[in-house]
Amino acid sequence: MADTARDAPPEQTDFHELEDGEELFPEPATTQESQPASLAAEDISTNSNGPKQDSLFDDDPEDLFAEATEEVSLDSPERDVLLSDGPSPAITPITPPTSVITPRIGHTHDDMFTHSSFDEIEEEEGGDSFDIHISVSDPEKVGDGMNAYMAYKVTTKTSMSLFKRSEFAVKRRFSDFLGLHSKLASKYLHIGYIVPPAPEKSIVGMTKVKVGKEDQSSNEFVEKRRSALERYLMRTVKHPILLKDPDVLQFLESSELPRAVSTQALSSAGLLRMVNKAADAVNKMTIKMNESDAWFEEKQQHFENLDVQLRKLHTSVESLVCHRKELSVNTAQFAKSAAMLGNSEDHTALSRALSQLAEVEEKIDQLHQDQANADFYLFSELLGDYVRLLTAVKGVFDHRMKTWQKWQDSQMLLQKKREAEAKLQFTNKPDKLQQAKDEIKELEGKVQQGERDFEQISKTIRKEVSRFEKERVKDFKTIIIKYLESLVQTQQQVNKNISYIFHYN
Amino acid sequence: QRKESLRSVSVDLNHDASLLIDIPDALCERDKVKFTVHTKTTLSSFQKPDFSVPRQHEDFIWLHDTLVETEDYAGLIIPPAPPKPDFDSPREKMHKLGEGEATMTKEEYTKMKQELEAEYLAVFKKTVQVHEIFLQRLSSHPVLSKDRNFQIFLEYDQDLSVRRKNAKEMFGGFFKNMVKSADEVLISGVKEVDDFFEQEKTFLLDYYSKIKDSTAKAEKMTRAHKNIADDYIHISATLNSLAADDMTANKKNLEKLSDLFEKFRKVEGRVASDQDLKLTELLRYYMRDIQAAKDLLYRRARALADYENSNKALDKARLKSKDIPQAEEHQRQCLQKFDKLSESGKKELTSFKGRRVVAFRKNFIEMAELEIKHAKNSVTLLQGCIELLKSN
Repeated sequence: MADTARDAPPEQTDFHELEDGEELFPEPATTQESQPASLAAEDISTNSNGPKQDSLFDDDPEDLFAEATEEVSLDSPERDVLLSDGPSPAITPITPPTSVITPRIGHTHDDMFTHSSFDEIEEEEGGDSFDIHISVSDPEKVGDGMNAYMAYKVTTKTSMSLFKRSEFAVKRRFSDFLGLHSKLASKYLHIGYIVPPAPEKSIVGMTKVKVGKEDQSSNEFVEKRRSALERYLMRTVKHPILLKDPDVLQFLESSELPRAVSTQALSSAGLLRMVNKAADAVNKMTIKMNESDAWFEEKQQHFENLDVQLRKLHTSVESLVCHRKELSVNTAQFAKSAAMLGNSEDHTALSRALSQLAEVEEKIDQLHQDQANADFYLFSELLGDYVRLLTAVKGVFDHRMKTWQKWQDSQMLLQKKREAEAKLQFTNKPDKLQQAKDEIKELEGKVQQGERDFEQISKTIRKEVSRFEKERVKDFKTIIIKYLESLVQTQQQVNKNISYIFHYN
Repeated sequence: QRKESLRSVSVDLNHDASLLIDIPDALCERDKVKFTVHTKTTLSSFQKPDFSVPRQHEDFIWLHDTLVETEDYAGLIIPPAPPKPDFDSPREKMHKLGEGEATMTKEEYTKMKQELEAEYLAVFKKTVQVHEIFLQRLSSHPVLSKDRNFQIFLEYDQDLSVRRKNAKEMFGGFFKNMVKSADEVLISGVKEVDDFFEQEKTFLLDYYSKIKDSTAKAEKMTRAHKNIADDYIHISATLNSLAADDMTANKKNLEKLSDLFEKFRKVEGRVASDQDLKLTELLRYYMRDIQAAKDLLYRRARALADYENSNKALDKARLKSKDIPQAEEHQRQCLQKFDKLSESGKKELTSFKGRRVVAFRKNFIEMAELEIKHAKNSVTLLQGCIELLKSN
């Protein structure tokens, strides 16, 4: 190489003219002593059936979040008693009516449903260990044009005696899932069970798929939906009551399923639903309930706060996903640019180094893309699911209020009828008097029923909330650990790829 | 330590004890930055051995322009002028932060504000160093270090703005504009006689557009890293709020997670700033240096054009038998100028390549080592948190 232009030669410490054949990146003095840690074997790519949820279903006896220790400080002492085995003893909710009524076991709604009582079922939980895994896979477009739809394969693997076989699969479409949810909601929400909400409809997303656009965004949409459907089913079957519901069993097992038409967004049933929702909202505003049970007030406040925080967190994580995707794209663009720069560079060693840099950055951009997927499918969707679940939780609290209102209404009506009857006593109208007496008898029954309903729903909600909180904590912990492990893997791979530069040749 | 990182864009500076220059501090007053230029010298041409003067960015530009317009230096690569201090980005972000204050917790807002103040400080440090390097390139150059205007810049303890105005009137900035717009055309148009310069021309023209592109892409990459670090701040803050509301055994987990993201975002921030200094700033600096090299080629091309024109004029004079001695003298001068430019230019361009290779090498290695370090730190942090969550 030619000599330098300056008269005084600089200190030779750093300045070392590279011969053309020499490498730009020698083995550095500070090579890592240990090899990069072995890569986590777990595959969290979205090609698998969503986050592996096996570990979610172990009944972990060592779990610190076991019922006994949870929330002891906040709750009334009766609470512990609710969760023990054996028939529930008398509860004394402190509600306006003065009488204390022992809720009869298995008394409610036998006329509407074919399954056995709720309380008995919950005791069963200890016996038949909870072992079921559902996967949603193989999305397949069926039909053409605007009548086309996606069919998903729903595979169940289980050892529970509840099912006829230990492994079976069926084909379902999105409206089937919505139909299932609709049935479960109508059966269980108003008596206090937290029914997991179904994934949201998306007219835009589906239209793209129907129209036949086989591009990145419609593939992402299908994958997002597939994953959401899987999580939905798993959450549903994790609920001990819902698992045994005949509609759920039919959904999982039977090869033919009657088409759920009333789930269409713009159908008459859909419109009716919207109207009902609006009416509910108005009603909620006008119900002024005398809450004498502090537990419910506290819980409602707790869920309000939780909702606000989770939404905020969800927004931040969505932003993270967006920026991570940007980083991936920008890294890829930089890699291309560096490769071009390397081609243009006339110094051989530097040219090779730039090419190596470009190669490494290209691998790293793929890592960022994978990480963005983990950010989304593990962290973001978890938060999104819980934001939606909290809506269902708030819903059951609202139903309790409505139940209370109904009971109060019956009571007021009974009061009026009694007053009317008293007046009738002084008139000489035996027919009317008898009619009044009959009506009063009927109303007294209604009032009693109303009170029982209210107590039942309150009891159910307490159990549900406890189950929900336990699940929530477990869920978060498991998925967050998975998410952190994904971050670890990304960092280790980045490390590996960059170190590669030093071991070139 | 930060000083080291940027100075590595040009590793062979400030070693000659006869003239040592640095910018030990600077003041930021609204938009104006006031640099303190400090000189230590053993040269007798200076009045004192150790002295400082205050200078503004415009003074540096004046110095650069006078050097560019000095005929004698036409054959040298004039070190690129430092870019104007640009605080727009952090200022805009600070403004947005102020608007969004209501949506964050106090703690979150404080952290974001601290981050922005750090960003502001980083821009400030970068601008100080890039101005410093400009002066150090001059002081390390055997010819440029002796320039009279350079000495005035270093020594003159009055305000330079008067001199700046005079210079503007003399040259009117015309020359500079011409250079910038015409160089590509002229360089490609000229018929090159020398293989070396032919290759350099092709190389520099192509390399300039590529490195300009790489600089822009690297900057976008760095910015995305920074955005991710900011997201972690929000995530950490919200987790903290969740922890505060949580009365169960889960509280500790949430706190640990919040803490993890807080530490993690600091690492991400460092990844972003290391990449910024060692990659983006490196590319940006050499992009400007390549432009300076192109300017040299342009001046030489103009000298060649002048020489060819003088030949034509001489032929014409011989034809008309008029003013032949003047034409001959003019032609001789043009040739002399052209030869001088070519000889000097060759030396400058060769050493430039060497400088570039060394700087790239140093920075790439440092960047890779730092990224590995950060990745390892991240893994340690993450695994620590995972262990804690699992054991709880």
